[in-house]
Amino acid sequence: MRPTPFHPRTSKLCVSHAWEEWAGYQAAQMYELEHTHEYHAIRTASALFDFTPLQKYQIDGRDAEKLLNRIVTRDVRRLQDGQIAYCAWCDDEGKILNDGTLARLGENSYRFAPNDPSMAWIEDNACGMDVHIEDVTEDLAVLSVQGPTSRDVLNSVIAADISDLRFFWLTRTTIDGAPVTVARTGFTGDLGYEIWMNTGDALRIWDILMDKGADYAIKPSGLHAMDMARIEAGLLVADIDYIPANKTMFEVQKSSPLELGFSWLVHLDKPYFVGQQALREEKARGPAWVTTGIEINIGALERVYARFGMPLELPRRAWNDATPIYSKGTQVGKATSGTWSPLLKKYIALVRLKPNYAKPGTALDFEVTVEAQHHLVDAKVVKHPFFDPERKKA
Amino acid sequence: MSRENYDAIIIGGGHNGLTTAAYLARAGRSVLVLERRHILGGAAVSEEIYPGFTYSVCSYVVSLLRPEVIQELKLAEHGLQLLPLEGSFIPMENGDYMAFWPDGNDTREEIKRHSLRDADRYEEFNQLMYEMAYAVKPILGMVPPDLVSPSLRDVGTLRDLARHVKGLDKRKFHYLTKIMTMSASDFLAEWFETDVIRSAIAINGIIGTMLGPQSPGTAYVLLHHFMGELDGAFTAWGSQKGGTGGVSEAIASAARSHGAETRCNAAVDHVIVKNGRAHGVVLENGDEIRSKVVVSGCDPRVTFEKLVDSKDLPDDLVEAIRKFKFRGSSGKVNIALDGLPHFTAQPDSSIHDGMAQIAPSMAFMERAYDEAKYGWYSSRPYMDVVIPTVRDPSMAPPGKHVLSLFVQYASYGLEKSNWEDERENFGDAVVDTFAEFAPNVKDLILHRQVLSPWDLEKEFSLTQGNIFHGELTLDQLFFMRPAIGWAQYRTPIRNYYQCGSGAHPGGGITCGPGRLAALEILRTSR
Repeated sequence: MRPTPFHPRTSKLCVSHAWEEWAGYQAAQMYELEHTHEYHAIRTASALFDFTPLQKYQIDGRDAEKLLNRIVTRDVRRLQDGQIAYCAWCDDEGKILNDGTLARLGENSYRFAPNDPSMAWIEDNACGMDVHIEDVTEDLAVLSVQGPTSRDVLNSVIAADISDLRFFWLTRTTIDGAPVTVARTGFTGDLGYEIWMNTGDALRIWDILMDKGADYAIKPSGLHAMDMARIEAGLLVADIDYIPANKTMFEVQKSSPLELGFSWLVHLDKPYFVGQQALREEKARGPAWVTTGIEINIGALERVYARFGMPLELPRRAWNDATPIYSKGTQVGKATSGTWSPLLKKYIALVRLKPNYAKPGTALDFEVTVEAQHHLVDAKVVKHPFFDPERKKA
Repeated sequence: MSRENYDAIIIGGGHNGLTTAAYLARAGRSVLVLERRHILGGAAVSEEIYPGFTYSVCSYVVSLLRPEVIQELKLAEHGLQLLPLEGSFIPMENGDYMAFWPDGNDTREEIKRHSLRDADRYEEFNQLMYEMAYAVKPILGMVPPDLVSPSLRDVGTLRDLARHVKGLDKRKFHYLTKIMTMSASDFLAEWFETDVIRSAIAINGIIGTMLGPQSPGTAYVLLHHFMGELDGAFTAWGSQKGGTGGVSEAIASAARSHGAETRCNAAVDHVIVKNGRAHGVVLENGDEIRSKVVVSGCDPRVTFEKLVDSKDLPDDLVEAIRKFKFRGSSGKVNIALDGLPHFTAQPDSSIHDGMAQIAPSMAFMERAYDEAKYGWYSSRPYMDVVIPTVRDPSMAPPGKHVLSLFVQYASYGLEKSNWEDERENFGDAVVDTFAEFAPNVKDLILHRQVLSPWDLEKEFSLTQGNIFHGELTLDQLFFMRPAIGWAQYRTPIRNYYQCGSGAHPGGGITCGPGRLAALEILRTSR
């Protein structure tokens, strides 16, 4: 695992020594021995995440728009300078390969940030086009500041006033003279910003953020906290909530964007894109699965624990193991990730269900394991995102 | 004169009154909450006393807020947002410190600095207290049985209780007996050799009582602390974002969503009682409001002595309420700070995480009590320190902080002076003592609010300044709270009920009395 440019700082703060691999980089799961404070920082103050491991491709040239419009399912032509779009892309069978953000930096200039390395796929699609594709993953460091005070934190360190920066737009400015791109994006469903910078400026900018951010209770935070927040925000993660089609050879493990609730990312009427025909057909017959949320009844869960003479135990952090969901004894889907939400005081999960069982309010049974025994507890279908504060877009 | 008519009037818009209102409104009753002050919340209130700074004026931590209340009233949707308060930092007089961390292994390492033996014992102790709390906890959610004239339901409750106690093994029963009878000091001495560990834990045995750590009965109060731990991931132990008033606002919002009305600046003069029945209230401004049921969220002294005439009550109850122990023992000092105070024992401010206790030794605690015992206040008081802005920047301007000091001891009645004259001297004693451990605090103070027990009574109608509506000692709990025969939220006056912390399960922001009272009202009235 490679260290990120922030390692000299993060390694000193990470007293838990809980690191995990993220796209070849070393990423903190939590800095303290418990991730609780970091989770609450996201919803109360500001959490500071090292997002450097994001893949970053700079795509320039006369055919840049054409190339990207061929890859992603969204209509790239609608993007304006400085605007960012969340995108998904598919193989020829209309099965999802990956998701990520696409930013239009200027005419014929884009920055593409997928979750997984995707150079080969981009280059294959660029055959015969006038584009220059560069992997800038190692040239740029990224910090994500997420939480209700993140705007104040940013305004206290950057040259420009970002109060008017809209959700999913970016601006180019400086921090202490160092050029940065500030994007109003994030993976927590809260007010938040990502700061893209040259790796050489990384430590200086980290120090400035920590120093000025102290006034707004900024807190370095890890992936455990973010995982809880992203489930509350109803955001899916590749390899957890779906398996990228290029990573499995089994049809049963592949998913389509329509099954994942990404139909808003699929513009079937635009010019050709990879998977277009398959998605048209799928749309016509209706997707086989629906992605939505459930809320697990904790009273029912408490009764299961009571049978063992135990008090209710709720998961301390998000889980990512697929868990079966039943209706009247028949399995009708699976939960792909879930968490106890300390904020909502609800036990929530992201699920994939057969369409007949996906209507909000539908009663289902969720499988839990208590003392190595399987039990079913009541759950009901609810819409996701579970948490969608006004401040996210305001 | 207005001619309003409601199913229920709640006197007092504190957290329990609001809880009762929410449950009654949820059941379809028309409800009006009347609050004397300009703001709802009672002692669970946030106010901007100094521009830009929000104080949790009285109650500053949420402990034991019943999970069923959070769920049933959907309080998270109405703005409840609890930030866990875990761990604590105790600076010592010799310049060292003791700390409890959110993580058990961290705490163990810390205790090992003081005593290897205590580090082992601490885990055993925690386990035992956890077991004890689990054994006692069901009682908190139970309507106490009436032992004077038990109904069929009371017999059932007693049977359940007996079964529950019988289910405890010999070891647990043995310890339960000890906890019920011993002083915190003696009980902890059986477990720990390190003085500061004893004093740090003993705190939980004395909060809100006019008792010292050496007074018998204080071991039991320790248990309450551990009950909050049982809620584990539910985090019923913490501080509300934006201050404690947010809890009251969330409950009020839940109540309003079910149609309840709330009215501030509406002090009730008395309850209208005719032929042993309550029919409504008369406000101090003379307005009369009628209702089928009147519920008092005030403490027992106000409920039974001020709001109704004692001639409408049986003598034994009048006598019991007269003897009910209030004896406020604590004050509150809220301070607006220009920056973070630093403890000499550990200048790294991140270590104390906004939580500390000035409780350096058992002798310090007992001495603090000694002075108050004879009608004065501690010259070097014990303090529970919370700086909520470490985690929640919304309560102060950027880089500034709010320092909340819960201070013990301060006697309600002063032997040689009065609180109007002594208030700021008391505040000085508090700041001086705090500054012994964090000297830079004096340079940071922008504003200071001092509340003595007398102020708590005057402003918040807490008799003698008792924060729990009466001491949480064993003789005033369960079927004896507030008086034998009247622990089921009813009163001798028909349709007049009690829902405040003076009823079971008692004080703290549990909302337990408010909920149980509402369920009783719904069961016994139409």
